[in-house]
Amino acid sequence: MNVPDDLRYNASHEWVRLEGDVVTVGITDHAQEELTDVVFVELPPVGKAVDAEDPIAVVESVKAASDIYAPVSGEVVEANEEVEGDPALVNTDPYGKGWIFKLKVKDVAQVDAMLDAAGYRALLGG
Amino acid sequence: MSEDLLHSPLEALHVELGGRLVAFAGWNMPVMYDSILNEHQAVRTAVGIFDISHMGQFIVRGDGATEWLNGMLANNLTKLAEGEGQYSFMLNAEGGVIDDLIVYRTGAEEYFLVVNASMIPEDLAWLQKHLVDGVELIDDSDAWAGMAVQGPDSAATFEKVFPGAELPPRNGIAKLPNGGIVCRTGYTGEDGFEYFCPAGEGISVFRSFIDAGAKPCGLGARDSLRLEMCYPLNGSDLSPSRTPIEAGLGFFVDLDKGDFMGREVLARQKSEGLKERLAAIAYTGKGAPPRAHYPVLNESGEVLGELSSGVPSPSLGKGIGMAYLPIASAKVGTPLQIDVRGRLFPAEVVKKPFYKPSAKNS
Repeated sequence: MNVPDDLRYNASHEWVRLEGDVVTVGITDHAQEELTDVVFVELPPVGKAVDAEDPIAVVESVKAASDIYAPVSGEVVEANEEVEGDPALVNTDPYGKGWIFKLKVKDVAQVDAMLDAAGYRALLGG
Repeated sequence: MSEDLLHSPLEALHVELGGRLVAFAGWNMPVMYDSILNEHQAVRTAVGIFDISHMGQFIVRGDGATEWLNGMLANNLTKLAEGEGQYSFMLNAEGGVIDDLIVYRTGAEEYFLVVNASMIPEDLAWLQKHLVDGVELIDDSDAWAGMAVQGPDSAATFEKVFPGAELPPRNGIAKLPNGGIVCRTGYTGEDGFEYFCPAGEGISVFRSFIDAGAKPCGLGARDSLRLEMCYPLNGSDLSPSRTPIEAGLGFFVDLDKGDFMGREVLARQKSEGLKERLAAIAYTGKGAPPRAHYPVLNESGEVLGELSSGVPSPSLGKGIGMAYLPIASAKVGTPLQIDVRGRLFPAEVVKKPFYKPSAKNS
């Protein structure tokens, strides 16, 4: 299972990459494998203010719809229109082209409080 | 809850094959192995195999079996020669669907019924309640492992596993020298057969079909395949408060065969007309996948009903579903909208089925 060391994670299987005060958010390799073929991604509107743990995007397989939660509080500053057109990117490149949205973070301490790679690996292992 | 689930005789093999087991109709069954899309595609272009051991098998036999069973089912049994089968319905007194099933004539006064897993106890109780002297009703469900081998290459797969044995013609049933029962039917729209063998032999036979090229497929692909064909799923598209006429399945009902359970209501619907009918609905553009229970609206935003089934169609690349709609709104071409989490996606009523399988079907 691919769990990059430079990312932060949460228990609902989102990852974040912090650059300045903006996080890029996607779902983990484990999550995409559990979902299997992603056929639809519903993106959050740019400009939307969100609180941590709000459901703000949806990823759907043939069989089911799964909510994607805001890992931290902030404002949506970008949504990945490429995954809207090609949802399979979430499966093939979950940490790269399969990112889903970017948030301008309200409080960077919320990112620090997320799981690091070792913590997320432990969660998957347990 | 999982300890209450029933278990297929093939379960250990599903686990070995990496199947994801979920609760379905009271059974612990594989929803998929590696990918619903790949499994769906295998059935449309080559051959796939499904575990259908959860389905029920009844035997009805004895003097008067034909006459009695013909009164309990909506299609006309007397049209069947020995070795032939037909799709039919078990109806309640109001004409509503208790179960949809396939009934095969295996003797002058002997029938083999394949019924839905979740309905085995209810079907049995209903038939038992109306049983007449001289007719015997046997629930043989636990004796059999069942598997559906489906796809344009299914006949070739059969030949590899049972060299020299012959597949019956479409809707036919045959007993093989090894004691297995093969039925030329399925739930995918492709050529294929269902094979029943003693439960203890199930794993080795399933494995031999895989070795002959069949890709293991789960209930996820089974659902997308059947919905592309507009084949109903009992409990979703059929219910005790809906008749086969409302479901658009009048072809499998014979109102002229004499009296049968539920006939009065069906005949009245046929002469007076329907208020609602099960319509096939397809997105006109891209959109969030439609799913069961999503509201169906007309162009002006008025709610007409809800989807009884829905799926992002792998073959068509767009959302499809079915819903009971007022007759005026059930006409082909009627513009509709599907409400997905508050967003509306344009759709329209289309002709059934959504998908036309390859002409390889025999």
